[in-house]
Amino acid sequence: MSDVAALPIREFARPRRRFRTLRKLVAHRSFLFGATVMVLLTAAAMAAPLLTHIDPTAMQVRFRLRPPSAAFPFGTDAFGRDVFTRVLYGAKLSLWIGLSVALLSGAGGAAVGVVGAQFRRLDPLLMRVMDALMAFPAILLAIGLGAALGPSPSSVIIALAVAYLPRTARLVRASALVIRELEYVEAARVSGAGNLRIIWKHILPNCMGPLLVQLSFVFAYAILADAALSFLGIGTPPPAPSWGNIVSEGRDYAVEAWWIMLFPGLAISIATLGMNLLGDGLRDVLDPRLKVEG
Amino acid sequence: MTLHPLLRRLVRAIPIILIVAVLTFMLMHLLPGDPAAVIAGSDASVEAVDRIRVQLGLDKPVVTQLVLWFVRLAHGDLGTSLVLDQTVLSAVMERLPVTASLSAVALAITVPFGVAFGVLAAYFRGTWIDQGVMMLALLGVSVPSFWIAILSVILFSVTLGWLPSSGYVPMDQGVGQWLAALIQPASVLALFQIGFLARMTRSAMLDVLDQDFIRTARAKGVSEWRTILKHGFRNTLIPVVTVTGIILSLLIGGSVIIEQVFALPGIGRLVVQGILARDYPLVQGVMLLFGITFVVLNLLVDVLYTMVDPRVRNE
Repeated sequence: MSDVAALPIREFARPRRRFRTLRKLVAHRSFLFGATVMVLLTAAAMAAPLLTHIDPTAMQVRFRLRPPSAAFPFGTDAFGRDVFTRVLYGAKLSLWIGLSVALLSGAGGAAVGVVGAQFRRLDPLLMRVMDALMAFPAILLAIGLGAALGPSPSSVIIALAVAYLPRTARLVRASALVIRELEYVEAARVSGAGNLRIIWKHILPNCMGPLLVQLSFVFAYAILADAALSFLGIGTPPPAPSWGNIVSEGRDYAVEAWWIMLFPGLAISIATLGMNLLGDGLRDVLDPRLKVEG
Repeated sequence: MTLHPLLRRLVRAIPIILIVAVLTFMLMHLLPGDPAAVIAGSDASVEAVDRIRVQLGLDKPVVTQLVLWFVRLAHGDLGTSLVLDQTVLSAVMERLPVTASLSAVALAITVPFGVAFGVLAAYFRGTWIDQGVMMLALLGVSVPSFWIAILSVILFSVTLGWLPSSGYVPMDQGVGQWLAALIQPASVLALFQIGFLARMTRSAMLDVLDQDFIRTARAKGVSEWRTILKHGFRNTLIPVVTVTGIILSLLIGGSVIIEQVFALPGIGRLVVQGILARDYPLVQGVMLLFGITFVVLNLLVDVLYTMVDPRVRNE
């Protein structure tokens, strides 16, 4: 009898809850705006070879330093390369770096945080290492690590992932420390669940909300920091286009050929703003405790 | 253990500094392949590579190198630059006034604006003033500082000709010129932290304005601005002091990029040039100094925090 009664409730209750979160997100103005920007940018980056037929590194000296026109919507740079094409191909790299950094620092941070919360003897050492990493402003830590690993997109990803890892680890650890004391985790432990099962089945899923919010902001920071690293010459090396190195190359022509540095800078700003707004929306819906009241 | 809270914080900073030292030691060993070969450059002879290996002690076992690194640090020796023909410490000391001036001027701009905007946003919560402040905070984390710096140079230095576009003038050559050289980079640097500070001040202020004693103050007829400033703002000082410490760290971190745009010969520029010249001992030494500075800075914030909030002191 009770089984029969339980069935329909479960069937209805689950999808409804899921849609509720989704509905709240869609109703959230800044989430919707941010998500739209990110979807459009991703689509444009993916479709780059279709949107432009020019090679992003092809130099056509006779077309050098042309202002924006129908043929070159964002103008051309000092080597006659099409800035629009370079910004478009740069988008792919920036978004890829942002996503990789978010996933990598999320996975690493979650691992450190959960291990620290669950294995209390390792905790002091792990947290002191995190404190030491956090002593540096993230950008400075990334510059140091990026310098050691050499200029390439993969070292930028590793450097930034390490730079943002401590904050994620602290966040997961704090959530995990609360969750592990809850009754259902105790119940799981009493019924013989091992550490790994408790971490995987009970602690991690319940840290997901705040973690996801944090990672959306890490994504945004990573786009900005990657641009700064390539601007300084520590990130993606030329001639491959990255938003930061296009601005850096355009800097010498900032007065007479303003378009070289203007458009990639706008692209960085739009992508980061979009991701930040998306993150604000996620925070308001998934983690309402942190909502900025207003 | 019943240590005084301040002493406890001091004790906790020591292992962090030691770990920072180990991490900076590891920087050189992260280099892909043979560090000596990387430092010597791709067209160096075998002899040159060997010479660098011996010079930097890279021929010894890693554990020995680590012990030697700590022995050297204990003697106050942070290493010698490969390119500058100068010890790391003297190179940093030479450039310290630039970075310190830049950060100080930026902080002096950030704090009054950030706090004032935060208080205004909290008081006029929900109005366009509030939204404007939140927008500034959002732009502060969304727009690249180096890009704004270049745009600012185009506007204020090239087009209007009001401010120098690059370079540093030491303070002893005239405070006016010193400030003129720094005002633009410091303002750009500050622009990115004002929104953050305002947001933090705003939320601290909102917490306080909801308290009973604010209602009491109003009820007993204390004037509005006195309620806001004396009863409200004074109670937000604690979080604001903490955030200001964080902001000083962020300003120093941000100065690395800003110094590059404005060609200011500071420590940030030293690090970036060191990286580009593969001068790893220099990078290592400067990163260590940065790390120690930030740990000490955090410690000072803790101390200050204890001083302004008696509740923490007696905890």
